[in-house]
Amino acid sequence: MIRVVLSLFRSDVNPADRVVPPSSYTANLTVLTAAAMAFLAVFALALSMASGRLADRWSDALARTATIRISAPPEQADTQVQAVLEALKTTPGIASYRVLDDDEMKKLLNPWFGPDLPVETLPLPKLIELTETSGGMDAEGLRMRLAAEAPGAVLDDHTRWRRPLVEAAGRLRLLGGLSLLLIGGAMAGMITLAAQASLAANGQVIRTLRLVGARDTFIARAFERRFTIRGLLGAGAGTLLGMAAVAMLPRANEAGGFLTGLGFTGWGWLWPLVLPPLAAVVSFWATRAAARHMLRGIR
Amino acid sequence: MIELQNVAVGYGGADLLAEMTLKLVPGSFHFLTGPSGAGKTTFLKLCYAELLPSTGFIGLFGQDVRLMGRDDIARTRQRIGVVHQDCQFLDHLPVAENIALPLTVAGRHVDIGELKELISWVGLRAQSTALPPQLSGGERQRAALARAVMTSPEVILADEPTGNLDWEMSLRLLSLLVELNKMGKTVVIATHDLNLIRQAKTQISARVLRIAGRRLHLAGADL
Ligand SMILES: Nc1ncnc2c1ncn2[C@@H]1O[C@H](COP(=O)(O)OP(=O)(O)O)[C@@H](O)[C@H]1O
Ligand SMILES: [Mg+2]
Repeated sequence: MIRVVLSLFRSDVNPADRVVPPSSYTANLTVLTAAAMAFLAVFALALSMASGRLADRWSDALARTATIRISAPPEQADTQVQAVLEALKTTPGIASYRVLDDDEMKKLLNPWFGPDLPVETLPLPKLIELTETSGGMDAEGLRMRLAAEAPGAVLDDHTRWRRPLVEAAGRLRLLGGLSLLLIGGAMAGMITLAAQASLAANGQVIRTLRLVGARDTFIARAFERRFTIRGLLGAGAGTLLGMAAVAMLPRANEAGGFLTGLGFTGWGWLWPLVLPPLAAVVSFWATRAAARHMLRGIR
Repeated sequence: MIELQNVAVGYGGADLLAEMTLKLVPGSFHFLTGPSGAGKTTFLKLCYAELLPSTGFIGLFGQDVRLMGRDDIARTRQRIGVVHQDCQFLDHLPVAENIALPLTVAGRHVDIGELKELISWVGLRAQSTALPPQLSGGERQRAALARAVMTSPEVILADEPTGNLDWEMSLRLLSLLVELNKMGKTVVIATHDLNLIRQAKTQISARVLRIAGRRLHLAGADL
């Protein structure tokens, strides 16, 4: 298999290459299109990988934290907090928990109400932040216990607002993958058209070759070789440009959000390098299919 | 090596040729005559699997043409040298490379010395680096003959090989084919030039096949 692939690149072992006349300038369009496709594919890949990371981060980090909010009349607040803490102590699946103090409440409210908020004087609910173990806790069971022992306590395990985010990220990843498939399909279609045009333009050459005893594989090879090399070169250039463009996207800090997270990280940079060989494979098979199809019409 | 049994053939409509039975034995020399449009080229196409018979059996080197795959056809053509009536070449390659083409496509080694010898044998030494469109009709036909014999095939089928040639050149080409036959090759020449046949008969024992009334006849000694 490897020998077959390598032999595609050696013109000295490819007499088939000479028997088909040199291509016209339109052949360069194949290179250009392959480059454009690869460029787009790099972005689809980056999108897919970034949204994958995002989905993982959201579902992982957020999945394991939850909040209990206790809204009760001031005189009952402390007893209810105690009741909740008692309940948490005996609930399996909880790694840690703590009551947020006034300073932390202030920090949380700061963005909305400014720094001068007199937290102490406001009838604010008490907040308890808890972290689940990786095994997870039984949220429904806890809810029922809280309802019985601390009626003012509400468990918020974040699923409500987390789920659509994770779903959106997952959907985005899927769209990225789908775009890659579409780009691959478009590339196969484009190569097929170009190969067909080239085969048709060389109809007389192919008929002559057939008459002097050339086998189909021999004739097809000349075309396969040309289009595979064009696909590879074009996609190579497009991929490099795409990677450069992704690398030059402005980068913010860790919390920078989605847009600035669009890119590759670490070994992820190796993924786009798969695109040129993939383009070569697509070109090879598309050309082979077109050649076989055309040759079937010639005895 | 080429065998026809009760073969009929046509192009879609009525049969152009019918009830043809023939066996070409190794080393034989045949002329195929008949008026223009009688089906000489069609007959030769049957012999190199370019056309399939509508009925009957054709065996090429012991293989039934109907059962031959595309690669079988290619391999069979490597054993049959054909001088086509229209002499198609690859116009972007020099004459020498065109003549060597049957070896190239078969993946066989081209012996430059042999190639040169063959080119001078057909008298094209001066044209060997020219491109096919630069050749005259007669030169094309000689190049086509050289290409046909390049692989040293067992059978040579020549379709009107002297069609574009003056008498002197025709004789020269004929003597090339006679020479090949003396080397043991089976030769079939389609021609409507009766003088050529008469001339050949003085050099060699050739049989004459005549197409008349959609049938193949073995012509008598009256030629
Ligand atoms: N590809 C074809 N399709 C339809 N008819 C054809 C085709 N080739 C030849 N013919 C017809 O078949 C007849 C015989 O042609 P051909 O074998 O070339 O005759 P010849 O070589 O004896 O001059 C002619 O009438 C010709 O018009
Ligand atoms: Mg003819």
